[in-house]
Amino acid sequence: MFNNRKTSTVMSSPYLAWAFIFIVVPLGMIVYYGLTDDSGAFTFANIASIAQPEHLKALLLALELSLISTVICFLLAYPLGMMLAKNKMGNQGIITTLFILPMWMNFLLRTLAWMTLLENKGIINGVLSAMHLPLIHIINTPAAIVIGMVYNFLPFMILPIYNALAKIDDNVIDAARDLGANKFQTFMRVTLPLSVPGILSGVTMVFIPALTTFAISTMMGGSKILLIGNIIEQEFTLSYDWHLGSGLSLVLMVFIIINMIISAISERKESD
Amino acid sequence: MKKELIQLQHISKSYDGHMILDDLNLTIHENEFVTLLGPSGCGKTTTLRIIGGFERPDSGRVIFDGEDITELAPNRRQVNTVFQKYALFTHMDIAENIAFGLKIKNKSQAYIKDKIKYALKLVNLEGYEHRMPDTLSGGQQQRIAIARAIVNEPKVLLLDEPLGALDLKLRQEMQYELIRMKNELGITFIYVTHDQEEALTMSDHIVVMNKGYIQQEGTPEDIYNEPENAFVADFIGDSNIITATMVRDELVNILGTNFACVDKGFGENKPVDVVIRPEDVKLVERGKGTLPGVVSHIIFKGVHYEMEVQAGGFEWLVHSTRMNEVGSEVDIRVDPFNIQVMNRPASEDEEAIGVAE
Repeated sequence: MFNNRKTSTVMSSPYLAWAFIFIVVPLGMIVYYGLTDDSGAFTFANIASIAQPEHLKALLLALELSLISTVICFLLAYPLGMMLAKNKMGNQGIITTLFILPMWMNFLLRTLAWMTLLENKGIINGVLSAMHLPLIHIINTPAAIVIGMVYNFLPFMILPIYNALAKIDDNVIDAARDLGANKFQTFMRVTLPLSVPGILSGVTMVFIPALTTFAISTMMGGSKILLIGNIIEQEFTLSYDWHLGSGLSLVLMVFIIINMIISAISERKESD
Repeated sequence: MKKELIQLQHISKSYDGHMILDDLNLTIHENEFVTLLGPSGCGKTTTLRIIGGFERPDSGRVIFDGEDITELAPNRRQVNTVFQKYALFTHMDIAENIAFGLKIKNKSQAYIKDKIKYALKLVNLEGYEHRMPDTLSGGQQQRIAIARAIVNEPKVLLLDEPLGALDLKLRQEMQYELIRMKNELGITFIYVTHDQEEALTMSDHIVVMNKGYIQQEGTPEDIYNEPENAFVADFIGDSNIITATMVRDELVNILGTNFACVDKGFGENKPVDVVIRPEDVKLVERGKGTLPGVVSHIIFKGVHYEMEVQAGGFEWLVHSTRMNEVGSEVDIRVDPFNIQVMNRPASEDEEAIGVAE
């Protein structure tokens, strides 16, 4: 569209300015704070503080819970994505709406709703006690955090997987069957490998927000269970130690970058 | 007579209450190049997919080599398919694509390697083992799709408009390639197309279909020279289809003028349709032919001139290597054996069924 180089530069300048002010500058500030102490002197102490037992514990717990959530999201999303992709005409609209509709509500409200459901005196336990069944104690446990993560991030897994599956030509599936593959072999050798790009972006889009969340863990885990996101948030909002918060953020970024590199490598392998 | 390989018996199929195939019966012989020819929506692809096992007929049986395979899954049939849009596995290289069926059948590495080599040689793409499908042109991808199918040594190769996406020159080249491959492999090809020229060029046997019914079956010569009804005549090549009256045996009244013909047994004064191919209409000097007319239009087509002649209130399409000026007064003459007389269907439904009583 913009053959003229000048025009395209002019047209893109607002976006470049936006990206610079709201992405590059804050990132630069985090790097600066993360690598300095109160006096402004260069230090690795903020980053090294990840080795402190409570920080390490929060990081490992965050990794564990976000991995579990990602796996659960994948296991739920893949069959659903296949169902959606299969009946391209049918009741796809209804199912999609059922999953998209909750996303129109504020994410904190949705998590709050789960709190009232799962509370010790919440709705689920109310129903259970009315039926004289044993009560469940989920709220303020890691399980509650996983439920919150899965519920909130599931759509981000479904959509890319659905997109990847819907793109697969029906003839390609027929071709595999035609060449002697049974339904399982067709799935393992054709459908699954062809949907890998969708799986990778789904995994990235669930794993990263789950790893860094502090809202879900605060609400669903009470204040007893701290994830690395909570620690960083507290450094900024309670302790006002921007240096330590930034240092831990940088550590977290390493994991995010690792995830993205793995995605990029596998995707390149796919397209080779 | 060649051995019967596939029999479709009383096959019916409908989607959402829409009838696609209605009581279709078709026999396909061994080592034949059979073409299912018809306009889109005529049921030709559905017929092919029923043979391939991708669709189940609502009623009727599919017999393969004496065995009823109506309920058999596609992966258990001795049939392979070449799909319209190639349907290659884009996540595998060419060698892996070709090896797909063989690996499923647990063939040995050495066997697979030999087969890949043989197949690539057959389709003239030697050395392409490690290319990815999307780096190949459409024609090359289609050859790979053929290679991938034939390494499994099917008894029948199904081809669903395989040349549809290719340009004209490549399409013509591939037609000859397909004939060569079929002869080299010595297996049955069932080919689906809407392109009558493709059908005439390649087939041993053509099945013309319309609206879910078989209109006519026969050799390309039969279909072209002796179409059984107006649909077949119109679909295969250019033609003049004129309503006429059969005066008596071997005499037909076309547009008020009697023409001698060779057809018999239609009865006396019966309404019929006649087909006259444009190359069979001879333009002669006024007074030397049967029906007077005036040339109204002329186009040079390379091999011949295409002319329109107003005669007897009908616009005749004429192909001739000799030109007549627009406005020149001529006579039309048609040799008796070039007039093809057909029953006129009483209704549109009857036309679809193509009954010849």
